[in-house]
Amino acid sequence: MLPIGHYLFLGLALFIVGVIGVVTRRNVIVILMSIELILNAVNINLVAFSRLYGDVAGQVFALFIIADAAAEAAVGLGIIIAFFRNRETVLEDEMDLLKW
Amino acid sequence: MTPTGYFLEHLWLIPLFPLATASLMLLVGRRLPKSAVSVFCVGSVGMSFAYALGAVAQLLSAGPENRVAQHILFEWLTPGSMLVSGGHLVRFTADWGYLLDPLSSVMVLVVTGVGFLIHIYSIGYMGHEGGYYRFFGYMNLFMFSMLTLVLANNMLLMFVGWEGVGLCSYLLIGFYFLKKSASDAGKKAFIVNRIGDAGFILGVLLIAATFGTIRFTSAGLADAAANSGILQALDVALSAHALAAGAPVLTTIALLLFVGATGKSAQIPLYVWLPDAMEGPTPVSALIHAATMVTAGVYMVVRMNAIYRLAPLAMDVVAVTGVVTAIFAASMALVQNDIKKVLAYSTISQLGYMFLGLGAGAFAAGIFHLMTHAFFKALLFLGAGSVIHAMSGEQDIQKMGGLWGKIPVTARTFFVASLAIAGIPPLAGFFSKDEILGSAFERHPALWIVGFITAGMTAFYMFRLVFLTFFGYSRADDHAQKHIHESPPTMTIPLMILAVLSVVGGWIGWPASLWGSNQFEKFLEPVMSGAGATESAKVVPGSSTTEYFLMLASIAIAVAGIWLAYEFYRTKRFAPRKMTGFYRVLFHKYYVDEIYDALFVNRTKDLGTLLGQIDAKVIDGVGVDGTGWLARFGSTLSMWWDKWVIDGLLNFGAKFTQLLSFPIRFLQTGTFSTYALLILVGLAILLAYYQQHLHVVLRGAR
Repeated sequence: MLPIGHYLFLGLALFIVGVIGVVTRRNVIVILMSIELILNAVNINLVAFSRLYGDVAGQVFALFIIADAAAEAAVGLGIIIAFFRNRETVLEDEMDLLKW
Repeated sequence: MTPTGYFLEHLWLIPLFPLATASLMLLVGRRLPKSAVSVFCVGSVGMSFAYALGAVAQLLSAGPENRVAQHILFEWLTPGSMLVSGGHLVRFTADWGYLLDPLSSVMVLVVTGVGFLIHIYSIGYMGHEGGYYRFFGYMNLFMFSMLTLVLANNMLLMFVGWEGVGLCSYLLIGFYFLKKSASDAGKKAFIVNRIGDAGFILGVLLIAATFGTIRFTSAGLADAAANSGILQALDVALSAHALAAGAPVLTTIALLLFVGATGKSAQIPLYVWLPDAMEGPTPVSALIHAATMVTAGVYMVVRMNAIYRLAPLAMDVVAVTGVVTAIFAASMALVQNDIKKVLAYSTISQLGYMFLGLGAGAFAAGIFHLMTHAFFKALLFLGAGSVIHAMSGEQDIQKMGGLWGKIPVTARTFFVASLAIAGIPPLAGFFSKDEILGSAFERHPALWIVGFITAGMTAFYMFRLVFLTFFGYSRADDHAQKHIHESPPTMTIPLMILAVLSVVGGWIGWPASLWGSNQFEKFLEPVMSGAGATESAKVVPGSSTTEYFLMLASIAIAVAGIWLAYEFYRTKRFAPRKMTGFYRVLFHKYYVDEIYDALFVNRTKDLGTLLGQIDAKVIDGVGVDGTGWLARFGSTLSMWWDKWVIDGLLNFGAKFTQLLSFPIRFLQTGTFSTYALLILVGLAILLAYYQQHLHVVLRGAR
């Protein structure tokens, strides 16, 4: 059985890749994909700890997050399509209306 | 024993016939052919005349002291208690009832008889005019009103007729309403009559308040005791010494009623409407403004003779007003050139004679003159209408002349009427005018002298008219000359009948001094012998010598007037000097219209203008515009408050918040990668801060 550190490292790597994607990419769809990466990093952590402690609750939470990610992807894409129809762009640095 | 019979029982039908046809004409007359209009309208007046004749015949069948018939159809104003000036309560009621006594007999026969003849005449005269049905509708409505006036058994119903004839007069004067002068004349007649009517209604109210009843008399009623009349109430008051001859209240009543009479009967100062009323069609002038309506005032004063007898001051006023009007109007008639205007002033003058008679106490003589005047003045107007008809509408006597041979019937009947009005015996006018002048002489010689001079003027202006119209050479233009023709029989037959009446109509009042018996005065006696007749001295006939002298004098001055007119206008021995001094004043009718305009009409208009300006300046200016200005000022104020204070507070809050957020707000770029970065930075800081604890967590996990 692999030690927990491997799993955590994989989760951390995925998380960092996701965060870098969110912070650096301009395309909102790519940002959305990066958020999926972050969520999956969390899932890996949850499943890893669930197996470590022999507690099934972590896996249940992972399933919740999968469902949540699907819903979030649907809503997020819907928002992006609606936004594209108005502004003809999906680049986040042009989405700057919500400021002072 | 009070008289009864079919016609007396059906008195109410006499006014109803014309009312029925008037309603028919005014509702559906437009759709009826002219022949139907003529048959209905003239027929209904004929029926009234027949019923009037029947009723009077049945009245005459009773003894002189019982000649009164009164029928109350229904109670018009339901009875109510009223406090009279005596201080006690009475049961006051006004009924819709008809009274036929010798006085109303004379009136109803004159109105229906002369009215019937004039209606027949109108068939011919109005035949070519538009609005034929409308004319006859109004004429019948007038007949209804006039018959209501003379047959009414109380003051209020009389007032209904009084106002009704005023309305019809207005409608008929303004018959050619497209002509401005005609509609103006109608308005003038109506407004001037309103002034008189105000006096009349005040008089009626004062009678009601004094006597507690407005019924003329209770005679002829089944339950006489319960239905007291003015005469009976006056008797009671006299015997109880509550009132006496010359009492102020009686004088006031008499004067107020006389104000009404001056309006309706065209006396000074309210005569000004009658000359203008000649704008109406000529049959209207004959019927309304000569024979019937204008005599309503005379009739009313005679109807109230019991009160007038007890008010000597009012009697003096009546006599003086009458005689002054007589000479004043006659002087204006001397110089008028419009054939109808001459006759209009003549009518005013003759009405003045009637009031002179009444004022002198000779009530019967006034009614006698009313009757004979109705005959010859209706004839004169109808004759004038026939002349105008022949002259293609020309009314100026300066453009007539030489008509004697061309329209023989009209000319001869007109001549008869002129002799009658001038007072040549034995024509009708002589007897009635002489009786009045005789009474005036008894009253005061000055009254007689003025009346006597007026008689000469009357003869002069009438024969001026006759000579200028019918004699000499024709001054009409060629076009009119060619059209001169005698009128159709529907017009000439009434002329001939009236001419006969103008000759013989006076014979029923043949004076006792000329071997007659004055049947007319005897017939009217019961009406005049009411309350107070014994109180005041009755006019005692003067000695025969005086009477003969007066008669000879009147004949002499009448002949003198005719002779003078002959010399002026036939032989031209005295050519009238035109437009100098007094002539000009007369020609302009003493400038009375101008004076009234200046004194009353224009002042009323000024008042109207002033009120209009008050309306524009004060009501509209201060009131309406002021309110508008105030509202706008308020809203400006409110807007200012809203803008600077309410919005200002909000804006201040916003600005203040903005100020507070000065450095931090630049963190909010609007791009969420910035926010994500900030979150990351925050996370890094948190992680760095909780480093040791993290270590513990990780270690524990292992």
